[in-house]
Amino acid sequence: MNVRLYLAQRLTAAVMVPLVAVHLAVIVYATRHGLSAADVLARTRGSIAWALFYGIFVLAAAIHAPIGLRTILTEWSPLRGRSVDAVATGVGLLLLATGLRAVAAVVLP
Amino acid sequence: MSNVRSQLTVSLWRGGEDGRYQSYQVPLRENQTVLDVVTWVQRNLEPSLAYRFACRVGMCGSCAMTVNGRPRWTCRTQVSRVADGGRLQIGPLENLPVIKDLAADMRPFFEKWQQAKGAFAPSKTRADPIETIRPDSPARRAADAAIECINCGVCYAACDVVRWNEDYLGPAALNRAWTLVNDVRDTANVRRLEAVAASGGCHACHSHQSCQEHCPLSLNPTAAIAGLKRRTALAFLKGEIEA
Repeated sequence: MNVRLYLAQRLTAAVMVPLVAVHLAVIVYATRHGLSAADVLARTRGSIAWALFYGIFVLAAAIHAPIGLRTILTEWSPLRGRSVDAVATGVGLLLLATGLRAVAAVVLP
Repeated sequence: MSNVRSQLTVSLWRGGEDGRYQSYQVPLRENQTVLDVVTWVQRNLEPSLAYRFACRVGMCGSCAMTVNGRPRWTCRTQVSRVADGGRLQIGPLENLPVIKDLAADMRPFFEKWQQAKGAFAPSKTRADPIETIRPDSPARRAADAAIECINCGVCYAACDVVRWNEDYLGPAALNRAWTLVNDVRDTANVRRLEAVAASGGCHACHSHQSCQEHCPLSLNPTAAIAGLKRRTALAFLKGEIEA
């Protein structure tokens, strides 16, 4: 971990704190009000606000998680240097691709 | 029959990295330190026993060893305080290569101290007048809080991150860097901040605080490292250092 990765991890954590809170509140709201999948999709499809909300969430998570994973791999696996960076980058891209695909599935009209 | 113990069972590490613990019986004395025990074994039972000490009064930092699983200064550790049921296990400091028996190789420790730019870089020559430093200035207070380190290696041996990440500079080197970062007379702070902001530097610390817990001088390297994290992050954002 260097200062660049440290700042990226802290900043994305700061971004995700309110996003996680809203995400949890949305889950509680949806379950308490018995919203079906169709009800949820009716609210999210075509919504620029939800696209931005979960788009930023996915982007922040895709940066934050691989940095932590990189540290864990450095400390707990035989991988070093470029191999660690490659695995962490791969996981980040996977999170980004699957996350954005999920966002697209619920917000695209 | 008396319950008073007269002998101590002492296990000492013998050999190099692939050595093993060997048991000895040592007479128990009043006010005996762990270093006294090691010295008794060397003088009476094992003349070839290798260990390191100099001052015997907690000033030189050369006698640190692992005593019943914890890194300690052996000269300032009373046997009565640490002997578990009349037993002592003494090994070389952890997280360092073993030279022989109880002597650890301190080279990686001091090499990292140098990597962290632990040497003072003066801004004046001896021909210049002595610079006046206010002892109550915030920077000097921060430097003073960390400056008493005598490089015994106890924090380095206690640190989990040193154990897991061979590139990590360790608490003592970073603590030293923090004293110099706060020394207004020093001129090498850009290089120093770049050195501690790189991979294996201050940002690798998980703040487990083992260094603070084990430091025989009650210094707080974790706080010094936290200071370096803030200072390097700020310097990076301002474009003062490259990473």
